[in-house]
Amino acid sequence: MGKDSSGAESVLLGAYDLRCERDERVLFEGLTLELLAGEVLQVEGPNGSGKTTLLRYLAGLSSRCEGVLQWKGVDTLSSRYEFSSDSLYVGHESAVKLSLTPVENLRWHAALWQRPMKRDIDSALQQVGLSGYEDTPAQNLSAGQRRRIGLARLYLSPAQLWILDEPFTAIDKDGVAQLESLIADHAEQGGCAVLTTHHALAMRGRLRRLVLGLGAGEQQ
Amino acid sequence: MSNELPGPFRATLGRDLLLSVRRSGDIANPIIFFVIVAALFPLGIGPSPKNLAMIAPGVVWVVALLASLLSTDLMFRGDFDDGSLEQLVRAPASLYATALAKVLVHWIVTGLPLSLMAPLVGELLYLPNSATVPLILAMLPGTLFLSLVGGIGAALTVALRKGGILLSLLILPLYVPVLVFGTATVDAAAANLAYDVPLAVLIALALLSLTLAPLAIGAALRISIDH
Repeated sequence: MGKDSSGAESVLLGAYDLRCERDERVLFEGLTLELLAGEVLQVEGPNGSGKTTLLRYLAGLSSRCEGVLQWKGVDTLSSRYEFSSDSLYVGHESAVKLSLTPVENLRWHAALWQRPMKRDIDSALQQVGLSGYEDTPAQNLSAGQRRRIGLARLYLSPAQLWILDEPFTAIDKDGVAQLESLIADHAEQGGCAVLTTHHALAMRGRLRRLVLGLGAGEQQ
Repeated sequence: MSNELPGPFRATLGRDLLLSVRRSGDIANPIIFFVIVAALFPLGIGPSPKNLAMIAPGVVWVVALLASLLSTDLMFRGDFDDGSLEQLVRAPASLYATALAKVLVHWIVTGLPLSLMAPLVGELLYLPNSATVPLILAMLPGTLFLSLVGGIGAALTVALRKGGILLSLLILPLYVPVLVFGTATVDAAAANLAYDVPLAVLIALALLSLTLAPLAIGAALRISIDH
C-alpha cells in the first residue's frame, strides 16, 4: 500500500475521530480528516482554536489529542520510523541556531533525515534568496532571513508530507508567492501538505480547508 | 551528492561542539567557577597546609560537582527554545544516539577540562603529589557520570520555566555516589594507600550510566516536548 504513491487517490495521512481538550475545554471532537496525495489542507480558525495542537499531533509530537493517526494505512505508532522519515514538520520556531551559518544549520537538519537530499544546500539557499549569506552566522541576518533558513528545508527534504505551522510568518510578499508555488509543486508531484495560516492562500492545485472553531471542526 | 553528510550521531556531536566553540563564554563559566571557588577555601579556612590538605579531596569533588551542575541546565535549553529539540526528537534517527552525542559534548566542554584543571586546584589546596594522577583518573569517569545523570534531570526539567532549582533537587542526590567514591579514591591516594577499588566503582558507575542514561534522556525529552 505504501508503494503506490503515484496513484492519486491513495490516502496518505488519515486522522480519525480526533478529540482534543485543553484546560477542560473541548477544542474539537469527532474530527476526521484524510489527506490524499496531491492535496493541500489549510487549517483555519481563531487564535486558541487548537490549530497548533492539531498540527503537533499530526507530526507525532503531542499526545494532547486522542484518536487514531495513520500514515499510508498503517498506525503511526507502529511505523514511527517510516512516518517520521516521510514527513517534515516546520513549527513556530524555525529551529535555526543563531551562532551557526545557514549551511551549518541545514547540514545538521539534513543529517538527521538519513535520506538523500533533493538538491544540494547551496542551491536550496539560492532558492530562498540567501545566496551570498552561506557563511554569515544567522544572528547577523534579519528575522525574515532566519525564517527562510528554516524554510530552505522544504527544498531539501525528500519527505512526502509537509506539516507547516504558520510558514508565512515574517516572510515578504514575493517570498509568500514563491512558497505558495513551492507547496503547489510539491502537491503536484504526489506530495501533500497540512498548513496553518491566517493568510488567504492564492494557490493553484487541490486546496482544502478545515475550519476549527467552537467545539468541532468543519471541513470544506 | 558532492557534500556527503555524516550520520545523526556525528552530525549532532559536531554541531554541538561547534556551538560550544562559538559561545566560548559558556564553556569557560564552569571552569572559572571551579578555580575561583576552590581558591576561596584557603582564604576562608586559613593557609595552614595541614588543614587544607585534609579537606582538599572533598573540596575538589564538591566544587567540581557544582561546576558541572552549573552548565547542566543549559544542555537542552537552547534546543528547546528554538525548536531544534522537536526536530531532534521526531527525526528518523535514534534518539539514544543523538541524546548521547549531546551529553558527550557537555562532558567534553565541562567534565574533561574540569578533570584536567583538577591538579591545579589540588595544588592550591596542598593536595599531596601522590594524589595528582589518581585525581585525574577519578575525575574523568566521575564527571562523565555527572554529565549523563545530569542530562536526565536537564531533559526532564527543560520545559519548565524555572527548572533550575528543581534540577538541583532532582539530581544532586544522584551525584552522591560519585562524591563518595571520588573522595575515597583521592583520600586513599593522598595517604599512599591502594585506590583501585573506589576507582573501579567510579568507572563502573560511568559505564552503567553511559548505557542506561541515554535511554532515560530520550524518554524524558519526548515528554518535555509533548505539550
